[in-house]
Amino acid sequence: MKETVVVGMSGGVDSSVCAYLLKEQGYDVIGVTMQIWRPENACDVSDNGGCCGLSAVDDARRVAEVIGIPYYVMDFREKFQKSVIDHFAAQYVRGRTPNPCIECNRHVKWEALLRKARDIGADYLATGHYARIIQLENGRYSICASKTAAKDQTYALYALTQDQLAHTILPIGEYEKSDVRRIAEDAGLPVAHKKDSQEICFVPDGDYASFLEKEPGLTVPGPGDFVTPSGDFIARHKGITHYTVGQRRGLGVAAGERIYVTNIDPETDRVTLGSDDDLLTSVVTAEDVCWMGIEGITEGMQVRTSAKIRYNHCGEYGVLENAGEGRVRVIFDKPVRAAAPGQALVFYDESGTYIYGGGTIIR
Amino acid sequence: MTEMIYLDNAATTKLESCALDAMLPYLTELYGNASAVYEIARKSKKAVFDSRRQCARLIGAAPNEIFFTSGGSESDNWALIGAYEAYRRKKGTCGHIVTTSIEHHAVLRTAEYLESQGVSVTYLKPDSEGFISVSQVGKAIRPDTFLISVMTANNEIGTIEPVTEIADAVRSVRKDILIHTDAVQAYGQIHLENIAGKVDLLSASAHKLGGPKGTGLLYIRDGIKFPPYIRGGMQESGRRSGTENIPGIVGFGAAAEAALNELDDKILLETGLRDFFFGKIREIPDVLINGPGPDDSDLARLPGNISVCIKGIEGESALIMMDREGICASSGSACASGAREPSHVLKAIGRADDEAKGSLRFTLSHHNSREEIETAAVKLSEIVLKLRDRR
Repeated sequence: MKETVVVGMSGGVDSSVCAYLLKEQGYDVIGVTMQIWRPENACDVSDNGGCCGLSAVDDARRVAEVIGIPYYVMDFREKFQKSVIDHFAAQYVRGRTPNPCIECNRHVKWEALLRKARDIGADYLATGHYARIIQLENGRYSICASKTAAKDQTYALYALTQDQLAHTILPIGEYEKSDVRRIAEDAGLPVAHKKDSQEICFVPDGDYASFLEKEPGLTVPGPGDFVTPSGDFIARHKGITHYTVGQRRGLGVAAGERIYVTNIDPETDRVTLGSDDDLLTSVVTAEDVCWMGIEGITEGMQVRTSAKIRYNHCGEYGVLENAGEGRVRVIFDKPVRAAAPGQALVFYDESGTYIYGGGTIIR
Repeated sequence: MTEMIYLDNAATTKLESCALDAMLPYLTELYGNASAVYEIARKSKKAVFDSRRQCARLIGAAPNEIFFTSGGSESDNWALIGAYEAYRRKKGTCGHIVTTSIEHHAVLRTAEYLESQGVSVTYLKPDSEGFISVSQVGKAIRPDTFLISVMTANNEIGTIEPVTEIADAVRSVRKDILIHTDAVQAYGQIHLENIAGKVDLLSASAHKLGGPKGTGLLYIRDGIKFPPYIRGGMQESGRRSGTENIPGIVGFGAAAEAALNELDDKILLETGLRDFFFGKIREIPDVLINGPGPDDSDLARLPGNISVCIKGIEGESALIMMDREGICASSGSACASGAREPSHVLKAIGRADDEAKGSLRFTLSHHNSREEIETAAVKLSEIVLKLRDRR
């Protein structure tokens, strides 16, 4: 009997080709688009190429029609609100810089969607991520870099569990982006030339601060002080949600040298501005750790790693150790720049190929 | 592909062959514009007249009280907006509407729109079986009430509302209130031959009774002042302009005539199938029936409607699994994207969010066979078992 796979289709070229490839490989493929928008803002985003508006549904539906697979839209609005948007807002208000794709992958795609997929009798969930799944010698599954170095979407997948990985297929990891577009073109998929989505899907204009102000029931912190690293007052600022560690533009402060946001303190609403050097740090600590390629590390143990502190970071060598209280830290060989609390620290094997695990940066 | 079993007739119906046959000449050689002078135009004109008569008979109306529209949604929009405009012109104020919280969105969204224009709206809450009572309506009436809009039968849970009783009661105290009913789900499904005259306005749609999509009607009682909805070439007595959709209107008339001629047989057949299906579904543990209970003797429920909440499963998953078995059903209402909508009707009759997630609606037609229902019931209980097992 054919194995059944649910493909999460965003209407973009990668997930469309993913569905096409699996159909070609002989799977019984079911296409699904997750509806994650609340109804009142469905119209605002439909034209923006954001990943799951109504136009995305239309694109995905057309692709499914061309490939010849059944296609459904599933309602995940409540789950997305609770697991992704509420978390995103809460983190911002705490002065952190969250990565909502991680939460969406973890709680919406690989918890809710995979569960639904298995509910309806599917064996696997597949997505169009540029990443691969490998089984290591120790028997564990891990997320491994895709064939192409130009596209790497492993970072936001660090929180998947072993059971989730065992029921996941990532066919796009075997291809270059140009291959994917060519396959789409050859197969006559109507999205072959659609451009990639960039910003966070529910804030298509990238204006997080005004998005947060519109969130019902959320108290957004008001103005506070810009201060120097030694605590001296510089000027007033618009409120901590307007700033991110490492930010240089839009501060509205004139200074002789280039200045950056180096720290955000939600307790005092103070935003520290400092020099480029003040952004450098050798030790990054993370909590809420998920283990993937290895089972964990005991206290006193040291493991060589290549670790990333943000999505487009290319990785830096260092030593991974247990920091107690369920936390880990990476001591980098060379200091890294602008490690922002709320982003993920993802540690790979030393060659940077597959994921050991990851956690949320606290400092 | 496996043989399809179609159990979603409240969403739309298969075009009856009599309707198709009636339409075909008007899609081919008889293409004349009904407003023109030559022979094929006169044939079109006559065809529209015949359809108007056929459609009027179902509700006991006169042909000149039937105004063809593009469908149920347009009719509902027109009924509410037209009543508002008429009142506004006369009194210069915005006034008040009484409707219910379980109306179709075509009524609810229009009511919300009128609220944004300054109209105040009372949304009556139904009881646990979906009924709106005569006394509820009576109590909600205010001096500035100009319209009451209560649906004839609910699209999700099949409850048949006491519309004529409501109309009689309102009439006995107030002559100046217009009474509208959205009969989209009831027209051609139950006897409505006495409803015209009791109500002032009634919406119906062709594709729910075996007619084509894209055609509907608004009944406007003779003698009431009611403004036009689309202005232009004065078609439909100047109230709804635009070149007539002749094939659609002809198909509507043919389907309406067939529905009326076969109505008693249809009701008997569908009721039998429905109760048989209910019996089978009740063998599944933890199932709640939405709408009037099937044990009532004088059941005020649409003949073909089955609506249930199955505890411990998600209706969305069950629908997909049924689709994979070739069974077409619904969870009640869907939004444009095709995703499930949280049902305002199930909420209104007191279903908890978790229960409402497990909702399924099957709507039967006289084309269904007992074997189909038997197969559907077996598949459904297998699917429920699987879904509960996986939790």
